[in-house]
Amino acid sequence: MAKTFVSYNNILSSLGFDSETVVENISKGISGLEKYEDTSLLPEPFCASLISSEKIESEFNKIGDTSKFTKLEQMMILSLKKVITASNIPLNERVGLLISTTKGNIDVLEKDSNFPESRAYLSELGKTIQNFFGFNNEAIVLSNACVSGVLVISVAKRFISEGKYDHVFITSGDLVTQFILSGFNSFQALSAEPCKPYDKNRIGINLGEVAASVLVTSSKENLSKEAVEILGDATCNDANHISGPSRTGEGLFRSVKAALKEANITSAEIDYISAHGTATPFNDEMEAIAFNRLGMENVPLNSLKGFFGHTLGASGLLETIVGMHSMEKNTLFISKGFDELGVSKKINIVKTNTPKKLNIFLKTASGFGGCNSAVIFSKTTN
Amino acid sequence: MLQEFHIKSYCHIKSQTVSVNGQTIFNDDSEDFSAFIKNAYKFLKTDYPKFFKMDNLSKLAFLAADVLLKNENLNEEENNIALIFSNKASSLDTDRKHQAAIENDAEYFPSPALFVYTLPNICLGEISIKHRLHSENSFFIFDRFNAEHLQLYANSLLRSGKAEKVLCGWVDLDENSYDAFLYLVENEGEIEHNTEEINRLYNIL
Repeated sequence: MAKTFVSYNNILSSLGFDSETVVENISKGISGLEKYEDTSLLPEPFCASLISSEKIESEFNKIGDTSKFTKLEQMMILSLKKVITASNIPLNERVGLLISTTKGNIDVLEKDSNFPESRAYLSELGKTIQNFFGFNNEAIVLSNACVSGVLVISVAKRFISEGKYDHVFITSGDLVTQFILSGFNSFQALSAEPCKPYDKNRIGINLGEVAASVLVTSSKENLSKEAVEILGDATCNDANHISGPSRTGEGLFRSVKAALKEANITSAEIDYISAHGTATPFNDEMEAIAFNRLGMENVPLNSLKGFFGHTLGASGLLETIVGMHSMEKNTLFISKGFDELGVSKKINIVKTNTPKKLNIFLKTASGFGGCNSAVIFSKTTN
Repeated sequence: MLQEFHIKSYCHIKSQTVSVNGQTIFNDDSEDFSAFIKNAYKFLKTDYPKFFKMDNLSKLAFLAADVLLKNENLNEEENNIALIFSNKASSLDTDRKHQAAIENDAEYFPSPALFVYTLPNICLGEISIKHRLHSENSFFIFDRFNAEHLQLYANSLLRSGKAEKVLCGWVDLDENSYDAFLYLVENEGEIEHNTEEINRLYNIL
């Protein structure tokens, strides 16, 4: 089968508006999480990683009319534009557009929104981005809960392997809204303090907003320096519960197994795991069980939620991009918020930035609906 | 030569009718979706109490999948049937209900039981639980029924050996308008798995 690569990339977040700045901030241990008291978003205090609308608008003003695009559209367009420009690929019929989001423009349902309710339809979001850049092909929107940002990489690879496209641009994004905060709060899943993935004192998640974009391509020419090859990928359902993870980590275990099989490597060849690590008691425990069942308890692992919070449909892509840069720099980044192991099985959490020769990493995610996704990436050989 | 796949069976739920392979198996004059789908559930002897906790999109998707999969003599332990579903309205029907529950400070009452259904792929989880599917699942949003992308994606999963069979289709629910069309793709079957046939079957009712 033809090889596929993840190449040019962008992260637009509270830690910066390009991948290099964001990764530089991560390497310094700087988190984008802050505590907020904003009753227009949630009746009680919360901790999140937010991007100010003013900051986004002042950037977007240079390329478009801010009154015609929602905050999320501006974020996704700004992010994707940098990737399209860097890639220098003409947007012809061989180029696809994939969009990963869980809730899209859900804030237009609020009664004081400046935009019509029709903007909440995800296909409208797809069309807006497609038309802004003039893509020939219709945008394909993937909305598969919190695995969307990982699964979307598989989807790009699969459309390329079926010969539909040579190159696929992916953009992903979600906002921190009244809608999302109230929902996670009703599950009592939010932590009012910065989250502590895998830690003994973890109490829940923080939410975050981000847009992240990449180019997935079948061409080995003109790759970015941190580009990676996709070796294997899989998505498996727990078939257990719609809002809680499997106690045995069944779907995650199976998805990693299947991805290893396609990559034709053993778990011993994985140098680093970029895990999901939401900092809820159940999720982190489930992951520890699954990685132990896979014999990966000694593989260095981190969660980046302590830097960005949970950024929903963008999280998997965002964390893949950071993983690519981590590999290029041969550096394991700290799993921020972690002090003392608080899961029942041993796992090897990265406690401090550590130099290490990195060749292959695994990215995983798990989400509502019982879905779990895993993708394995290797350094490119050029 | 690339391996070819076939459509083994298909079903529609729309216009107060449930049909399998083009034959009506249930018809009802309820104008209201909730009443219609409950009557269909009873008539089809579905016997799955969790059904009543589901939101309307999940009820529609679950019942459409169930009428096809119950004829498949599935293994009780597990089955490798991938789910590739799509629609236009995502979970907006339920999203509007969650938004209404938080819109006013005086009546602020978000419910976790409702919030969990504000994702379109939850229906894939419901189907996976009932039929023991530890398989691939993806939910796409399109402006309209998109046979080409479903066909390509199903082929990819079957050719790579990631799935033995694929249940594909469209499950759209937006206020009181609903349209479900699911079809099962595998090696054997009478109907060729190509976009012309998929579109023909989608438009058969």
